[in-house]
Amino acid sequence: MLELRKDIFADERDDNLKEVGQPTQRQDILGHVTGTSPYYDDHRFANLLHLKLLRSPHAHARIRSIDDAAAARAPGVKRIIRGADVPVNLNTLLSLIQFGKDDEPSLATDVVRYKGEPILAIVATSERAAQEALAMVRVSYDPLPAVFDVEEALKPGAVSVNAAYPKNTFEYYGKYDHQKLRFGDVDAGFAQAEIVLEDRYQMSPIEHAPTETNGSIAVPDTNGRFIVYTSTQALFFSLDTSAKINAMQSNQLHFIGGTVGGGFGGKVDTLTEPLAILAARLTGAPVRHRLSRHEEMQFGSPRGGERIYIKDGVMRDGRIVARKVTAYFDSGAYTRLSSYAAVKCAAHIPGPYTIPNVSADVYCVFTNRTPATAMRGFGVTALDFALECQMDKLAIAIGMDPLEFRILNAYRDGDMKAHRREAKNCALIECAQVAAEKAHWPLRDEFRRMSSRQGGGAARTVGGADRTRAPAPAAPAATARPSTPQRVSYERPAAAAPVAPPAPPPRSAPPPPAASPAGSTHGAPRFSSVFGTRRR
Amino acid sequence: MAKHRGRGVATINYPIGMNLGGDPSQALVHSNPSGKFTVALSSIDLGQGMKSVTRQICAETLGVPVEDVYVDTADSDTGPHCMGSFASRGTHRVGNAVMAAAREARGVMMEAAAEELEVDPGDLETDGKGSIHVKGAPHRSIAISELAWIAQRWQGRTISGRGIFLVPLSDVDPETGEMSPATCYAHACLIAEVEVDDETGDVAVLKMTSAYEVGRALNPKLVEQQLVGGSWMGMSHALYETPEPYYPDTREGPRDFNEYLMPGPGDICPHDILVLERPAPDGPFGAKGPGEMCANPVLPAVANAVFNAVGVRINDLPITPEKILRALKARGGAAPAARPR
Repeated sequence: MLELRKDIFADERDDNLKEVGQPTQRQDILGHVTGTSPYYDDHRFANLLHLKLLRSPHAHARIRSIDDAAAARAPGVKRIIRGADVPVNLNTLLSLIQFGKDDEPSLATDVVRYKGEPILAIVATSERAAQEALAMVRVSYDPLPAVFDVEEALKPGAVSVNAAYPKNTFEYYGKYDHQKLRFGDVDAGFAQAEIVLEDRYQMSPIEHAPTETNGSIAVPDTNGRFIVYTSTQALFFSLDTSAKINAMQSNQLHFIGGTVGGGFGGKVDTLTEPLAILAARLTGAPVRHRLSRHEEMQFGSPRGGERIYIKDGVMRDGRIVARKVTAYFDSGAYTRLSSYAAVKCAAHIPGPYTIPNVSADVYCVFTNRTPATAMRGFGVTALDFALECQMDKLAIAIGMDPLEFRILNAYRDGDMKAHRREAKNCALIECAQVAAEKAHWPLRDEFRRMSSRQGGGAARTVGGADRTRAPAPAAPAATARPSTPQRVSYERPAAAAPVAPPAPPPRSAPPPPAASPAGSTHGAPRFSSVFGTRRR
Repeated sequence: MAKHRGRGVATINYPIGMNLGGDPSQALVHSNPSGKFTVALSSIDLGQGMKSVTRQICAETLGVPVEDVYVDTADSDTGPHCMGSFASRGTHRVGNAVMAAAREARGVMMEAAAEELEVDPGDLETDGKGSIHVKGAPHRSIAISELAWIAQRWQGRTISGRGIFLVPLSDVDPETGEMSPATCYAHACLIAEVEVDDETGDVAVLKMTSAYEVGRALNPKLVEQQLVGGSWMGMSHALYETPEPYYPDTREGPRDFNEYLMPGPGDICPHDILVLERPAPDGPFGAKGPGEMCANPVLPAVANAVFNAVGVRINDLPITPEKILRALKARGGAAPAARPR
């Protein structure tokens, strides 16, 4: 059951609204509950053709030869499409925003880099005819050694997976094999910490498991245009990707989406539209390309595996003084969107807490498995799992209630975050307070009084005298960016609470940022993480 | 052999919109001759309810009843560009674009009404029921259904508006990671209660209690739908799902729903949800997007609850019975962990 807590932050809202805030019935509900909302596959066409893919049985192999002569003569087969037939047979999804190199063919021609990689498409009068013809294609492979573990893939001499990125890592800003985050002085933070705790976390891949698998129908229209009915969750993303691969103008394509049978991030990759359009062009007939459940499960991109190492330094009074994270995104054989997620992950570190010394390295790694893609919480889900398990362990290590420990370290308005932007509009503490109240999770008075707003209602220390030793300030490193005020609003004035602990002596100065090795970055060439080396 | 109960907690935040911004969305709003409004979008409603929240945003901004607005989506010939439905960006980005378009359309509508009523547009207000009247003089009014025809047929005006919303793209400092990843964040705390069977390794989630701060619940029923569905997905991710059970070993990949495990209706637990609203300065009516984040806190909360119940830490997802039994064996049996005070 949902309960609105209108009493909290009421002074920041105008609740004098008529339509917003109402539990209005959704516009499309009648269609949904009567089974009449149209999905892409509800459109019917005479002479519809069906496209099926021949997929690699090997995780890594060189293709020596392909013999499709028998398949071409099979009943119902209208056309066989090979890599050479694809107008632009190399693409990367984020090329639409000029991020990353084209690295993935629509149909592999010389090397297959994951089990299930498409090699050839058969267009036939029925799915069954296409499947039967696929069984007649003879491909000769030279199997190659494969790598499946992200850390193995980074070792010297590891098998090279992706020709565009031979060292198995996405390239950031033309010079780094990972995304960096540096704030404060993490080594000094560990030196001052009373307890240091390090652990490793692993999220294995998961499947989006949409009720409706990925699919589309491309239909020749008049004037050289094509109408594409699609399950995509990003209409223009799919349209522009399809136009690029088919070397067409965007106004030759009319994309129609609509009701989608579950997306969760798995319908951004444009897995079916480009070849459906190509097949419709080559045959002049409407062509449907939809993934079977088996294809969706194993070869439709999953949420990728992520491995995360966290090392934390904490004081016995409850304050976290240093956090170091090393994360590896398993991108599979091609980039798709994992490169973007790694930057988002770095931005999310160290979680919703104010920690004065933070360092992180996030890698996007290529392995010989199905390319990974976005999924609900992309770049953040696995990190939140790792961070919040770690928070639990830290609380127990210092003998503190896990929820009070989080409230103590929670970020508040005005705090400086590790990516060097001031926190504002925070509400973590209030969420913790009302959830605790509802679940009868006992919180001490001082924690019930704390607030996300400026000042926060209490100092970030707690408990008796044994917990109030103030840490020595981190050793100041030579700052390369003196012009940026690095306010780490870490110490708070003690609240006038009856049980308020003695306030620690204020620090003489907040910890300055670590020196950047190449000197000041001001005036240096700036790269955008999304735009990379920007086309102008 | 026994069943052990435990509780675990997680607190999280989540960035709204594509990381670093640079992800525009556009909207068009126009009136037909009878004063009913159409919102044209290329954006996709995946079932999350984007049609409905943008409809409410449009109605609120125009000052008309929600029934007088229809949202048309997902057509690249009629709907202007939208980056797509992902990254928790629908409500925030598309909602803002619709708000901007509706504001422009409202401006034309009020000018048309002012001309007809022979007053200054600033002296007019909408009643939210389909009419415009002079402030303080409700009898001097005109129905929007009538006004739309007059505007078109006699005044030669199009009651329409264009809207775009863009968070400018942020640079990233390659050395320090300095960047502006998002303009606002949603927040959550979730407490999970589990029961762990130390003989079978099975984990049952008994209850969840959560609090979500979403800026503004534009439609509380749709917020509830997202949060309930997300918690189920999080529980499934925590305890059941993976296409690679022995990752990074590629053995034993499931091919269908018989082999790919997910919880069923009997595994769903009661979930008390509290919703807080601290409006985001740049959200439509303050709204953020709760769509993605709601699966996230369940994973660590369940893992921490398992530890609280039997004293073992499972650091690798999913937390399968096999992993729990192996960990219990290594530990020499279940030892419920007392929560320190």
